[in-house]
Amino acid sequence: MAMEAAATRNPTGDRPESAYDARAPLLGVVVAAIAWLALAPLGFLIWQSFMTPRVGSRPARFTLGNFVEAYASPDTLPLLINSLEFAAGASVLALVVGALLAWIHERTNTPFKSMIYALSVVPLVIPGILFVVAWIMLASPKIGLFNLAFQRTFDTDATLVDIYSLGGMIFVDGLHYSPIAFLLMTAAFRAMDPSLEEAAMMSGASTTGVARRVTFGLAWPAVAASFLILFIRAIESFETPALLGLPVGIEVFTSAIYDAIHRYPSNIGLAAAYALLLLALTGGGIWWQSRIASRGGRYATVGGKGFRPRVMDIGGWRWATGGFFVVYALLVVGLPFLVLLWSSLQKFYSVPSWAALKNITPKAYATVLAYPNVATAAWNSALLAIEGATIVMLLTAVACWIIHRTKIPGRWLLDGVASAPLVIPGLVMGLAIMVSYLSLGGGVYGTIWIMLIAYVTRFLPYGMRYNTTSMIQLHPELEESAAMSGASWAQSFRRIVLPLLKPGLVAGWIYIVIVSVRELSSSILLYSPGTEVISVVIWELWQNGQYVELSALGVMLIAALFVFVMAAQALSRRFGVREP
Amino acid sequence: MLSVKGLNTEYKTQKGPAVQAARNVAFEAPKGVFFTLLGPSGCGKTTTLRSIAGLERPTSGEIEANGRVVYSSAQGVFVPPNKRNFGMVFQSYAIWPHMTVFANAAFPLEVRKNRLNKSQIAEKVMKVLHAVGLDHLAERDATRLSGGQQQRLALARALVMEPEILLLDEPLSNLDAKLREKMRFELKRIQRELGLTTIYVTHDQGEALALSHEIAVMSEGRIVQIGSPRTIYERPANRFVADFIGTTNFIDGTVLGHDDATKLYRVRTPIGDLLVTSDAPLAGGAPVTLSIRPEDVELTEDAAPEDRLINLSSGMVDAKVFLGDIVDFQVKVGDVMLLSRAHPSLRTPVGDKINIRMDPLKCVALPAEPAVAAQAAA
Repeated sequence: MAMEAAATRNPTGDRPESAYDARAPLLGVVVAAIAWLALAPLGFLIWQSFMTPRVGSRPARFTLGNFVEAYASPDTLPLLINSLEFAAGASVLALVVGALLAWIHERTNTPFKSMIYALSVVPLVIPGILFVVAWIMLASPKIGLFNLAFQRTFDTDATLVDIYSLGGMIFVDGLHYSPIAFLLMTAAFRAMDPSLEEAAMMSGASTTGVARRVTFGLAWPAVAASFLILFIRAIESFETPALLGLPVGIEVFTSAIYDAIHRYPSNIGLAAAYALLLLALTGGGIWWQSRIASRGGRYATVGGKGFRPRVMDIGGWRWATGGFFVVYALLVVGLPFLVLLWSSLQKFYSVPSWAALKNITPKAYATVLAYPNVATAAWNSALLAIEGATIVMLLTAVACWIIHRTKIPGRWLLDGVASAPLVIPGLVMGLAIMVSYLSLGGGVYGTIWIMLIAYVTRFLPYGMRYNTTSMIQLHPELEESAAMSGASWAQSFRRIVLPLLKPGLVAGWIYIVIVSVRELSSSILLYSPGTEVISVVIWELWQNGQYVELSALGVMLIAALFVFVMAAQALSRRFGVREP
Repeated sequence: MLSVKGLNTEYKTQKGPAVQAARNVAFEAPKGVFFTLLGPSGCGKTTTLRSIAGLERPTSGEIEANGRVVYSSAQGVFVPPNKRNFGMVFQSYAIWPHMTVFANAAFPLEVRKNRLNKSQIAEKVMKVLHAVGLDHLAERDATRLSGGQQQRLALARALVMEPEILLLDEPLSNLDAKLREKMRFELKRIQRELGLTTIYVTHDQGEALALSHEIAVMSEGRIVQIGSPRTIYERPANRFVADFIGTTNFIDGTVLGHDDATKLYRVRTPIGDLLVTSDAPLAGGAPVTLSIRPEDVELTEDAAPEDRLINLSSGMVDAKVFLGDIVDFQVKVGDVMLLSRAHPSLRTPVGDKINIRMDPLKCVALPAEPAVAAQAAA
């Protein structure tokens, strides 16, 4: 009886689930890589939080002192209160503005409402640090245009608005992320079956009764989940508290971590102890959010189907909502971009005036492009973004395949591990990776590789989300028929699975490239001379007070990202890319 | 030739114990035979097919195709599906949407170890596309095919590799009724022409009867009867087969004795003493269930001549349903309701008396299954 040479012999009868060929090594490498990337930094971070700082030749020792210093000190309570106030304020502001915009967009006949969607790309094309810098130029007490205009008009020394305050921080951060809230709330509005409201109306409920008892009742899980997402994002926010809070002594956890690392001698153990509390906050938030999301399943509003919502004629009110939208567009895009553009065209930073208008010169662009580290940084940013996005999408494609196609026990753990970095604030990730590779040695610290590791780790969850969406839509029989046709696992993965995942792969790749270019909070802790990225150069220019050069670089970066987003959207349409 | 011996396959579920999907399945499909696994959903027929394909790994048993062992728990052999050279058509067709019709059909030849050259591949692919009537659509995107065309393409892809065995997993279930009938004939023609050993899985008894040389009826992971379509229909081995294939009347009774002259059994039932046939010997006094197909319950208005070899009875027409080519009569005989399928020319009104004739060879005695009967009643 002829026996196939390729037959797998299994004398114990104890069977591994892998029914195909020798693909185990590749799967093993992918699982090991993801586990190492996502788990090792956290381990080192926890270990570091129990160690004294290493100063000169004195080695680190075990201590609980970091936790005592971090949590027993009287400074900690204000820190916690500031963090919570800032995050709650920013997320409530974003949510209220976003929900209002979503309602205007989905349910009213407001003029120009179709342009609201275009605004949702703002947080993508205007990196956080540029948005904050622009708002300093608009609303700082000394140089802010609003205050200067106010003082000139009313001939007074009083300041109208002070951006260097908790209120200012909340305003800037909440405004910057309101387009995200708009997208989240739009999704909630779209998922709502209008017949549910119509049924309430037919049952005799009044318009307000419908809104109160049905619309809000249906929407609240989505509202709560969106709020938590925004809250977690705000508590991780680094640029706003660092630029607006630190100069006036308003510290939150992220800026306190940065401060602990950048003081002399730097206290990494203390930073790690703060980081663990921050991690507990974000972890708790994500857990709560996923609980709401899963319970939301019983509200049949979240169907796969989109509904065409009812559009109300709001009469004359539509000019009010239209006006609200115009003001919003000015605050979130118009003014910040114009002020950057203005200052980029000056010799020295100066307030707009007829006199200054005559001094307009593009010299700053030439100056900034001539800086040797700008070219290096641009090259580094592009390289890291492209490499990082490619690695993430391929790693997570294999990981999603393992999770959804094999029967390997414990495969769901892989999903949890690869999604874990979602909980880790960028600054904490930077700190954890710094600690890991400082302890391990091997010369990775201080090279571009450590930045690549950080980017890949941070953006693994995005890759998982994009690939999971497309993998679920892929019928298993498409692969099984390849196996029956005689294809090996590698042939079937390359010729069937990857091509069919392509729309999701491309969409995820584009998204990761964009967020990589904007990335600051991890890079700021990991860069060394020669491995700066563009966002770090902007940060350095700010620290040096080179506002004009910063503005020129910022305008170019925004233009480049805008062009990339437009090109990507055109490309996506060709591939038929779906948003997850 | 395909032979399956003692096949057991289980599914691991997320929670709870493993599900025994195939239990001790054994059958032999001789070369060129169209062999059907028939049963309700969840009976293990698809699991058995996937185990033969190698997509599912059995826990024990042996599978041998044309003298080659592809799976044997005793010898520790498991040939992976891509090395078995079995063609398979899936329920969803699994046509790759990113390829053209030609590319879909050429794939099995392109991934082969000893590759043919381009023109050889093209020749083979066009030949098989011609056979299924898709040659004029070769360059079309596979997504732009209708359901019936996708089904043919799936078949072409399975045939192009010149498989040792052809496996078909409910290939007609996603087609509409008209197209299904048409594809039934086409599938039968292609299979008979090529003489390919074919294993077919379906829950549709009509399909199974129309296409197969042999049918294995499955229930709860086991094969309960193997036989030709006619045997399965006319001589069901038990109550489940009689009930699952077609429609039938069940009448409980007790064996009175054997009639040596006619080789039939005499059974006492609520509608009178009947002469019945049985494959297994029946002991006097044993409880049995009779299965009589509605088309074998003949109705006449005139009194039939007395005949010792025909079961006679009479009842009252309780209800009737006109279906065009036939009329279904419900006839009440004592407390028993009999279903009869009659020619539309019979127009006896509801409430009238009617005479019943039943051929003893069509009255099949099955072992009584009190548990099942109780379940069905509940």
